Amino acid sequence: MNLAQGVQVVSLGLLSLMVLGAALGVVLANNIVYSAFLLGGVFISISGLYILLNAGFVATAQILIYVGAVNVLILFAIMLVNKREDFAPISSAWIRKGVTGLVCIGLFALLSTMVLTTPWLIASIPASGEQATLLIGEHLFSDFLLPFELASVLLLIALIGAIILARRELIVNEPASGVDAGLMLPERPREGVAVGSDP
Amino acid sequence: MELQYFLLLAAALFCIGVYGLITSRNAVRVLMSIELMLNAVNLNLMAFSNFLDPGEIKGQVFTVFVITVAAAEAAVGLAIILSIYRNRDTVDMEQFNLLKW
Repeated sequence: MNLAQGVQVVSLGLLSLMVLGAALGVVLANNIVYSAFLLGGVFISISGLYILLNAGFVATAQILIYVGAVNVLILFAIMLVNKREDFAPISSAWIRKGVTGLVCIGLFALLSTMVLTTPWLIASIPASGEQATLLIGEHLFSDFLLPFELASVLLLIALIGAIILARRELIVNEPASGVDAGLMLPERPREGVAVGSDP
Repeated sequence: MELQYFLLLAAALFCIGVYGLITSRNAVRVLMSIELMLNAVNLNLMAFSNFLDPGEIKGQVFTVFVITVAAAEAAVGLAIILSIYRNRDTVDMEQFNLLKW
């Protein structure tokens, strides 16, 4: 084992530890703000794993999209839904957690036996390396052209749908009354708050 | 640098995501668990693309598409959570029984 392989093995071990530790923190942390920042740690570690897998372009896209957009979006949602509530304890919650843990461990055992027993056909030709970005571009504009265009349409639909779902419904014509009426926009009264109280 | 290490890591990440998806009661944390599972699938695709198909990297193209869909999913999911929070005044998953009965 020469120096490059040693560096790769050590980086793989460190990044795996970071991914697994941060993912466990995301799931198990009590404060959800800590969970959101640990999720950013998971994304950055996974982009390091992508660099180990000879994919620099996707590693950059991972950091830009996941850390820069999705994680910031989740942090904004946590700030908007900032309500310190203690959830009402439900009976037999430990049964649910125990059964879920057993199912997850069983799933991991199944997947790991599958991974370890399958004879993989490891290719012998060298990896693309720096040519990967060019190859991705050629794929996107030749044989993956239709999914590429569909992805753009999907992003447009998601953009419009998210705006329509999340906006407040304002009453435009009715003049507002009250002391500080000039400071706030009149909002349509909510429905369903009373519905949420009864099970 | 074996393929199996990456596949085992992705399987462990996916199982952690499934556990968080089922057991967490905060709706935002459920979305975070879904992101963890999507990242595990992406790691699988990238490992296959590097070790089994290094000449014609279709796995990386698939990963780019999955990242796109994940971004759209996060935006719409958080908008839905915000809308539910505005109507029901809670983010507890146990209280969301609108479509149950």
